[in-house]
Amino acid sequence: MKHAVQEIAAPVVEATGRLLHLDPRRGTLADTRIDALPELLRPGDLLVVNDAATLPASLHGVVGGEPVELRLAGEETDGTWRAVAFGAGDWRTPTESRPPPPTLAPGDVLHLGPGLRARVVDRSEVSERLLRIRFETPRERLWAALYQHGRPVQYAYESAPLPLARVQTPYAARPWASEMPSAGRPLRLELLARIRARGVGIASLTHAAGLSSTGDPALDVALPLPERYEIPASTVAAVALARRSGGRVVAVGTTVVRALEGAARSGGGDLRPGSGVTDLRIGQGFEPRVVNGLLSGIHARESSHFELLSAFLPGAFALLYTLHVITGGYRGHEFGDSTLVLG
Amino acid sequence: MELRGKAVIVTGASRGLGAALAEALGRAGARLVLISRDREALGSVVERIRAGGGEAHAVVADVSAPEAAARVAGTSGALVGPADVVIHNAGALGPIPLAPLADTSDADFEQALATNLLGPFRLTRALVGSMALRGRGTVVLVSSDAASTPYAGWGAYGVSKAALEHLGRIWDVELSASGVRFLTVDPGEMDTRMHREAVPEADPATLTRPEQAAERVVTLLREAA
Repeated sequence: MKHAVQEIAAPVVEATGRLLHLDPRRGTLADTRIDALPELLRPGDLLVVNDAATLPASLHGVVGGEPVELRLAGEETDGTWRAVAFGAGDWRTPTESRPPPPTLAPGDVLHLGPGLRARVVDRSEVSERLLRIRFETPRERLWAALYQHGRPVQYAYESAPLPLARVQTPYAARPWASEMPSAGRPLRLELLARIRARGVGIASLTHAAGLSSTGDPALDVALPLPERYEIPASTVAAVALARRSGGRVVAVGTTVVRALEGAARSGGGDLRPGSGVTDLRIGQGFEPRVVNGLLSGIHARESSHFELLSAFLPGAFALLYTLHVITGGYRGHEFGDSTLVLG
Repeated sequence: MELRGKAVIVTGASRGLGAALAEALGRAGARLVLISRDREALGSVVERIRAGGGEAHAVVADVSAPEAAARVAGTSGALVGPADVVIHNAGALGPIPLAPLADTSDADFEQALATNLLGPFRLTRALVGSMALRGRGTVVLVSSDAASTPYAGWGAYGVSKAALEHLGRIWDVELSASGVRFLTVDPGEMDTRMHREAVPEADPATLTRPEQAAERVVTLLREAA
């Protein structure tokens, strides 16, 4: 999702572990620590996490003799992939300053490393950077090749490239995410065990978190793109149990909100297990049907994460939040501090 | 445990006990991701399993490399889904002929630790979070009696296996409440290339065949809850 975090303190490599708790019912903000999360939850509540592992989604190569970077934005159900193309340079240049990619047309072949080739299937009307590609590598060799040649999407605010292991949540499973579902990054196993010991349920789903930035303003406003998700029957049952017993459903990350609310809407209000694709956009005025609270990062105004956060906050409260994160020195970005909206 | 359909990762799967384990698990219907540095030998193990109607995928990786864990966990998740079982079978003995500790270089000692201890630690760490979240998972550590008996010349290997066993015990107390189980197995002296290199004078007739040892591990997994 799009970031607009200029006004928020620079991130640090190591998390500071701060948590800003907003209670929309009482209209309060409290500075606390992520370690206090178990005490902010009640027995019978349910935490739902996105267990998608982060892909090595950034691939450098050449097309027609010119350098190109592809960032994988998700696999389609027909085996093709969406990808955003960038021109020369790498992650050290902020995406908005990167030169555009060479002009690409259906049929063009991208060479992305030994044994890894892809062909352009089509190009989006929203932006010529957004492509649908088909890898010309058999599935098994494809995964080996992606992990050999791909690197995780990097962030220009970091001083050194992040290895793949650093951009995984502690419970990452299948690699579906183009970028880390970062809200869950502070949920260490020890913390999850303390949450469970308190009688709070923990359930998971898999949601293909997309790219946060594309370098093309026309495409950035269209983010997030439709994303696929899979919700296991056990998670649907856990949500039903929490609701029956008066517990609150707390989504860990905006991707979990999208998956749960998107699935409930496509099910006519009922949450059903299974997989799907959601193009749901959530902002001010959106009425969540499944989710009662949200654990997320620290988000600045004008980011799509902030837009989603606003759905859980009354208007004036969103402004108060923004002031508080700035004056309080909260840290934004993927490795920053956390926000809990729960009342 | 019913092994049919389970996602199982086996390291060191191109020969010896690892290959035998892979074939036995393939027959039992597990969905296998097999890890080895040796592309060619691993390819033939995969072919044999597929010819028998099983599912196996080859991932060429060196478990001693720090970046291997995220790569193996990710590739495996993509190919067969979240891991139900991981078998840490890859082992490094060190230079042959085996040398006493006084003659062991830093590099050789570190390599044994990297393959036999750090590799399993990192790969386990990359997988147990998902196992704990799902409330189930089994981690098998292949050890040796060299972990408890101090054989001259088996220093780096013995130390690394002793540490591996203790690693398993600590993982177990930390995670057994989450439903993740840790099993340490000592397959005994087997008729493998590693054993022939280390103890060339041994009579093969007195050694366990890797297939027999593999069957015992598979039985252990089947009987595990």
